[in-house]
Amino acid sequence: MKREWDLLLFKTAGTVFVVFIALVCLFPFLLILAGSFTEESAIYKYGYSLIPAKFSFDAYAIILKTPVSIIRAYGVTILVVVTGTSVGLFITAMACYVLSQPDFKYRKIFSFIIYITSIFSGGLIPLYILMVRYLHLKDTIFALILPLFVTAWNIFLLRNFIREVPYSIIESAKIDGANEFTIFMKIVIPLSIPGFITIGLFQALYYWNDWMQAMLYINDKNLYPIQYYLYNMLNSFQSMNSSFLSSGILLPRIPTESIKMAMTVIATGPIVFLFGFAQKYFIKGLTAGSIKG
Amino acid sequence: MTHTFLQREKRGFRENFIYLLMLLPVLLYFFIFHYLPMTGLILAFKKYNHTGGIFGSPWVGFDNFRFLFISGTIARVTFNTVLYNLVFLITCQFLAVVIAIILNELKSKIIKKGVHSLMFLPYFVSFVVVGAIVYNFFNFEYGMVNTMLRALGKEPVNVYGIPIAWWFIMPFLNIWKWAGYTSVIYLAGVTGIDEQLYEAARIDGATIWQRIRVITIPALKPLIITIILFQLGSILKGQFELFYNVIGNNGQLYNATDVIDTYVFRMLVHNFDIGMGAAAGLYQSLFGLFLILTANYFIKKYQKDYAFF
Repeated sequence: MKREWDLLLFKTAGTVFVVFIALVCLFPFLLILAGSFTEESAIYKYGYSLIPAKFSFDAYAIILKTPVSIIRAYGVTILVVVTGTSVGLFITAMACYVLSQPDFKYRKIFSFIIYITSIFSGGLIPLYILMVRYLHLKDTIFALILPLFVTAWNIFLLRNFIREVPYSIIESAKIDGANEFTIFMKIVIPLSIPGFITIGLFQALYYWNDWMQAMLYINDKNLYPIQYYLYNMLNSFQSMNSSFLSSGILLPRIPTESIKMAMTVIATGPIVFLFGFAQKYFIKGLTAGSIKG
Repeated sequence: MTHTFLQREKRGFRENFIYLLMLLPVLLYFFIFHYLPMTGLILAFKKYNHTGGIFGSPWVGFDNFRFLFISGTIARVTFNTVLYNLVFLITCQFLAVVIAIILNELKSKIIKKGVHSLMFLPYFVSFVVVGAIVYNFFNFEYGMVNTMLRALGKEPVNVYGIPIAWWFIMPFLNIWKWAGYTSVIYLAGVTGIDEQLYEAARIDGATIWQRIRVITIPALKPLIITIILFQLGSILKGQFELFYNVIGNNGQLYNATDVIDTYVFRMLVHNFDIGMGAAAGLYQSLFGLFLILTANYFIKKYQKDYAFF
């Protein structure tokens, strides 16, 4: 009898607990959404709240009236995500394939050379100086792509997938006279598609959410990716408003507070929506990374 | 013995020629973006000026380090970095394990899936958005917290002026961002446990607590230890994006929230004190290397398969 009670108690308390956590995870999203639909005057009067005191589409209307810069920022982000992920993944995959072939003689030494970089690095400042002073990559699209291009971690993860391709298939293709590159293109890639999707999604998300490279290397407003565009909006209004306050001048203010939230929705909504659908691939990737080690 | 060493290497090279060609892009990348910057570590011993660059700037010996230590900067940022990351590590891993164990016991697919999806949501947003959320909560004039305080007839609070508050807010944000993601890893570990063990426990009349204590937790233990050691190894870096987006350049909070990464970043982007930043960076790299090697030593001892090398 006690056993059943314990089980019931555990399940009830457990359900309440995890549902509570799930709601805590959701709450900030709702708050931002609500903020974006609140009329500016209501925010000034009451502050942000979960239920808009006065409902309004104004923030979106104002943002979408001059959409050029947002569209451009989205364009930059998409360009970076697509080229960075596809090209980066392709050369990563080639390296993974080569490093997992038993007939490649220098497997160990090259794995080691790559591996070392994940435990010791020059750090931020030397990389910055190299990028700006010696490679002259400031204010170029490459500055957004290259710092995140290939990682030892991705090589490690993708190798787990590529290793699953049965070596007997590769060997028989070799006997038929196919060269290593042909085997890679015709056999290894098609058989490792799930791995490509999984790691590609992680990589795409990484690029999508990156704002730091832009902060370091981009001054040209036309090259702002969407996250950095948002970052600037959040922070520039902040200083603008406080200077208003300190100067004591009452100017007709643009509705900055609701716009901030609306902009957050515009910059985040699509990605949360898209990646929500791809969740099972993320889960698969996490599992592959942790269990196979 | 007709083959000399040189000939053998030449033949090996020719046979592996296509392999080497395929490896070349990645090798070049690592050479340029990882190995070349390592030469820049010498900046820690220089006073950087723009005309001199990395190699032409004058040497200053250990001056940068001396300043970092005497001014107490190193002590402060190391203390903050280590303590924050320890708190992050403990709270997040603990919660993730608890969540994974509970989700594993629940039978309802709808609750399981729904909870899972919602908890994974924060993982997908950038830290810029986390910054927006914090603004929405704690902004003095319009933030949610002060909205509520005013509604209750209380005085609004300027959270940005209370350093101690951030010792609680930051771990909370870290949990919000990572707990769902981490619990997925543990959940994969839990579902890998042999069903027969649970079945046997049920027949033996074990209570749910016994089942969790005797079967689930021991089965997860290697994974927990490994993940914790992994993260201990990188405890000197971490969560730069969180700190920078939430705190920004708020000077009031430096004592409570300055970590090594934010210090280096500020030296580079705002103070233009390259030498000082590089010195802190080198300190972080070396100390970090030491920690990783130590962590690896212990992983090897407990869980050989998971060791890095």
